[in-house]
Amino acid sequence: MFLIYCPYCQELREEPEFHAKGQAHIARPQDPEACSDEEWGDYLFFRDNPRGIHHELWVHAIGCRKFFNITRDTVSYEILETYPMGEQPRITADRVAVDGTGREPGRTTSETSAQQKGVRA
Amino acid sequence: MSNPSSVNLFDSRADLSMAESPLAFSMSRRNVPAAGADSRVVLRERPFLGHLILRGGAIVLDEAVREELGINLPGRPQGLTLDASGERSIQWLSPDEWLLIVPGGEEFDLEGRLRQRLGDASFAIVNVSGGQTLLELEGEAARELLMKSVVYDVHPDHFPAGKGVTTVFAKTSTILRRPSDTRWELVVRRSFADYCLRWLLDAGEEYAIGVET
Repeated sequence: MFLIYCPYCQELREEPEFHAKGQAHIARPQDPEACSDEEWGDYLFFRDNPRGIHHELWVHAIGCRKFFNITRDTVSYEILETYPMGEQPRITADRVAVDGTGREPGRTTSETSAQQKGVRA
Repeated sequence: MSNPSSVNLFDSRADLSMAESPLAFSMSRRNVPAAGADSRVVLRERPFLGHLILRGGAIVLDEAVREELGINLPGRPQGLTLDASGERSIQWLSPDEWLLIVPGGEEFDLEGRLRQRLGDASFAIVNVSGGQTLLELEGEAARELLMKSVVYDVHPDHFPAGKGVTTVFAKTSTILRRPSDTRWELVVRRSFADYCLRWLLDAGEEYAIGVET
């Protein structure tokens, strides 16, 4: 069972309290009326299915009932970080591609692990 | 009562003599064990308390609650504060949501007074007294019983007195709180109260659980 760090409860909580809600950071088109059918269809129905780093929306359903984001590795199931709504991920597929670790350049390992609060599994 | 907001208030439980606890039927059954000398856990229902859900900004709500009840709104996650008598409590539920529990009958007046204090601030108060009930567990084996029932870590280092969480209990959810070192409280939904009671009686059998009325 995973222990997931809820950024609102500010502690590690058990997985059964959470639900996954699909891909995160899907922005609604600013002017839906001006969208082509293809753009609207993409927004509504099409989701990424990457191998590796994926940003997901989760909800702490039996808990504080707030939505938040998780950066997760779809290969290892490792949860790399959790962050509240409205924030951008620190770990992205681009960053992993550069140095293979997801670490920002110039950061020590301890700093990075302290940051990746959702990791314990 | 003058009410500056346009919200209509009505006392949903003006006459408590007509009220029936969600556990009235289960508790009246013959096979509910009574607490005895060998009971290592004692279960009590505290029915008909006033439960209010407060939503809004922590700062305005804190001010209103402090003026009305003299207790601070817990600002930290999982916080639970009680007043001097231990009768009234406020628990953090989520960053903009708190559960206020007061003795039965006080909730209607209190809601009106809080609304008056809060004026036109952005907030919501919902009286959920009829929707949930409170179960109390006391005794040396209370923690062992909870360890079998909730997924949350109830070790004293992790769950000191003055903490409360919403978590998975049995196959439903509960608000689990620890107002003092010896006492645990479960706030359960009305429709699940019977199930929760039966679960507790079943799980507590090995500790000779007894029900006190």
